[in-house]
Amino acid sequence: MKSLEELRAIRDKARSQVILRENSDNAVRVLVGMATCGIAAGARPVLNALVEEVAKRGLQNVTVTQTGCIGICQFEPVVEIVAPGQEKVTYVKMTPEKAVRVVNDHLVNGNVVTEFTIGANS
Amino acid sequence: MRELSLNVMDIAQNSISAGAKLIVIDLCENSDADSLTITVADNGAGMTAEQTALAADPFFTTRKTRRVGLGVPLFKMEAEMTGGGLEITSEKGVGTTVKAKFVPSHVDMIPLGDINSTVLLLITCNEDRDFVFHRRMDLHEFTLDTRELRAVLGDEVKLSSPEVTEWIKGYLTEQTQRIKEESSDEVFRGTSGDKG
Repeated sequence: MKSLEELRAIRDKARSQVILRENSDNAVRVLVGMATCGIAAGARPVLNALVEEVAKRGLQNVTVTQTGCIGICQFEPVVEIVAPGQEKVTYVKMTPEKAVRVVNDHLVNGNVVTEFTIGANS
Repeated sequence: MRELSLNVMDIAQNSISAGAKLIVIDLCENSDADSLTITVADNGAGMTAEQTALAADPFFTTRKTRRVGLGVPLFKMEAEMTGGGLEITSEKGVGTTVKAKFVPSHVDMIPLGDINSTVLLLITCNEDRDFVFHRRMDLHEFTLDTRELRAVLGDEVKLSSPEVTEWIKGYLTEQTQRIKEESSDEVFRGTSGDKG
């Protein structure tokens, strides 16, 4: 059974490590549209896949969060990637599999997955 | 929606938009009464009496991107389809409570689905807010309160850090399993007693 004792151990372990503080200046934000339209189209598994893959890769400067309806409901699930100093990239009709590829190609290696973007799908 | 847990996620997003700092999600299943009650309560901006009355109207919305708001109307329809219903209570500056009642044995009942996934994502993607998740099945229940987790973790470990996320996921799975087993044990004892 999971106990609060285990949480204490997690905290103590984190304290003992030198934590690489995330620099808010270069933080990358991954926004998933989670309004009624996005959720109905399957945004939850996409968000789940993004959170898990970012955690697995240990990407410290990436924040995965949700946003509301941005008005392109027919393209949901929509994922936007906002990095400082770069143009916003909008991925459309996402799936958990596509989300994993976006993390690996775009967030880790810096290559936009052009075929999943709104430009290639509209 | 394919799962009621997706509606819960949707309704909770309204609380987030309303600037709620604390969101309480409560699931109460009563097999004798054949009822499932889902409550989402927040301490967000709240609504006026007029807005509250209109919230279940699909053509009422406060957002600007389009003129319809389907979240609450869909949830209401799904509850009414089973013979249940939905009620909203709200007070400006205090918060809003959405309460939906379902009749699980009804043929039109939509499955609850993966509610734990909804709760986990809400917690890990909203580091600046607190959540309480309470689930009750007949006499058995459990609660997850992020304020308690924060009290243990302090400021230096985030709820969204991989180890903590894993812990929350495990806790939700174990506790759900436990109350399900304990509830079904009782049903089993009850029926075997009838036969004897």
